[in-house]
Amino acid sequence: MTALLAVRDLVKTFGTGDTETRVLRHLNLELQAGEMAALLGPSGSGKSTLLTILGTLMQPTSGSHTMLGVDLVAAGDRALTTFRNLHIGFVFQFHNLLPDFTALENVIFPTAVREGRETANARARGRELLVRMGLADRVDFPSANLSGGQKQRVAVARALMNRPELVLADEPTGNLDRASALQVMELIGEINREEGTTFLISTHDEKIAAFCRRQIVVGDGVVTG
Amino acid sequence: MLYALKIATRYLTASKAQTALLVLGVAVGVFIFIFMSALIGGLAQFILSRTVGDIAHVTIQAEAADPALLLPADGVLLVTQKSNLRAAELRNTDGFLPLIAALPGVRAISPQINGSGFLTRGAQAVQISINGIEPGLESAIINLDGYLVAGSARLAAGSVLLGQTLADDMDLRLGQTVRMTSTTGIDTVLTVTGLYQIGSGGPDRRTAYISLGTARTLFAMPQGVTRIEIKLDDINTADAMALRIAALTGLDAKSWTDGAEQLMQALSAQAQTGYFLKTFALITIVIGVASALLLSTYRRRPEIGIMRAMGAGRGFVVFVFVTQGALVGLLGGLSGAALGYLALLPFPSRDAFRAGTLPIDITQGSYGLAILLTVIGAILASILPARSAARVDPVTAIGQ
Repeated sequence: MTALLAVRDLVKTFGTGDTETRVLRHLNLELQAGEMAALLGPSGSGKSTLLTILGTLMQPTSGSHTMLGVDLVAAGDRALTTFRNLHIGFVFQFHNLLPDFTALENVIFPTAVREGRETANARARGRELLVRMGLADRVDFPSANLSGGQKQRVAVARALMNRPELVLADEPTGNLDRASALQVMELIGEINREEGTTFLISTHDEKIAAFCRRQIVVGDGVVTG
Repeated sequence: MLYALKIATRYLTASKAQTALLVLGVAVGVFIFIFMSALIGGLAQFILSRTVGDIAHVTIQAEAADPALLLPADGVLLVTQKSNLRAAELRNTDGFLPLIAALPGVRAISPQINGSGFLTRGAQAVQISINGIEPGLESAIINLDGYLVAGSARLAAGSVLLGQTLADDMDLRLGQTVRMTSTTGIDTVLTVTGLYQIGSGGPDRRTAYISLGTARTLFAMPQGVTRIEIKLDDINTADAMALRIAALTGLDAKSWTDGAEQLMQALSAQAQTGYFLKTFALITIVIGVASALLLSTYRRRPEIGIMRAMGAGRGFVVFVFVTQGALVGLLGGLSGAALGYLALLPFPSRDAFRAGTLPIDITQGSYGLAILLTVIGAILASILPARSAARVDPVTAIGQ
């Protein structure tokens, strides 16, 4: 496997002076293409901050961050937006779908926003992903009317829409019942195996972490294991 | 940016009641704008038609020549007075009348011989103003046909049109004869063929209309005229047209606005009032749209965060919210314009203004301008909320 992304000496602080809080302390991490890794650690250990930086939604205070050979610390907002759209997918704990859109419209959003319109190809790809997620009968359902598990599967499909190299999932099953959680994780595992998409999944749940071949433990702002 | 348009439309249709209220608010603003435009425009039209509607918009008059200087003889001063018995004469009008008539915006042109004189009947004598006009052009400047109360407005040799009040003063009836004497001392007997009532004391009591041919005899003017009166399609172009005619012909052309400064000031003040009211209506629209979109931006912060995380640029977010503003402006503008037009329909047309009615001119509603300004105003109003939306931090917003 080759390194998909690497962070070196990553530091992230919030606030200044007396209120300064250092969340990441010279953290180093490398992810290989095709990996499926769990990000473990107690609350406040810096997992979410790390995911946010890896997702280019936040810049580190210092350190380096490269992915696919691109220096993402030096990149501007426009370049990061494009990079994020093409190469990174997100799955959030609370699905975060657009409530006024259907399941299919949510899934194809990343492609449509890049191309400026909803193309037939995008619709076909979105439909295919929803079928794969077991939501063939929910394609044109308003997303607000879906169950929690269905919404999370739509969110996974959306994350995969642009065939990103990396999917970052922050507690993707944290808001689901056990059956739905296992179903979502099985789908993620299947996609990882079949398409080689790299997954980094932040979780507190050991059973969810067990789906991943690698466990990365973060504690006090550094990788401890 | 078709996709941004789709999202903007979806956001608007997702909250139908809220959008309907917003559009209604904008429509009311546009309605006020249109109503005020029609009212102010109609009022100005009404005032103009009542004050200067029956006068020439541009008048060409010959400049009175100063008397010839008489050389003083030894010890004697010779003086000659300027005559007011006879107006100065415009000669060779045949050359420039077609030129003026062909100018775009000229509705009618009326060469005239004007002067003073007396009407006598039996022991009665009344001093009058005599207007000699071309037969067929009786209503070119003042609408004599419209003011006619008896007989015909058509002039012929030997006929005269008199004001009803003058006829009453002299106990004259249609078909009776009267003697007219000009200030040159020439007199003729004329038959009263028409009586008019303008509703204004001076013209009704002191003016007589005769044919140009009769006037030539009375004022001993076998050729030329004393004045040329010109009516324009648009009274507001009179100043420019007077300058153009003066440049074209070398004659002294004067606009009706010369000497009407007070009226012009009053109309200008009225127009200014209208501008203020319309500006306030636009400001209301802008504030309404801006506040509604700011609320929408705040409510949709998590969604904006998601869009940004999924790769939507700041420009895309700005476009979504500006498009919403433009759509609200367009819908509100169209609805307000339609409402305004429907509300103005029952009012009498500009040609049918009567005392006691509200002089609203439906043709001066400025519908296109109202829609255009509303859309522009709504777009401007949406820029602040749109920029605020584009600055949303995805991390914070998603965490909400």
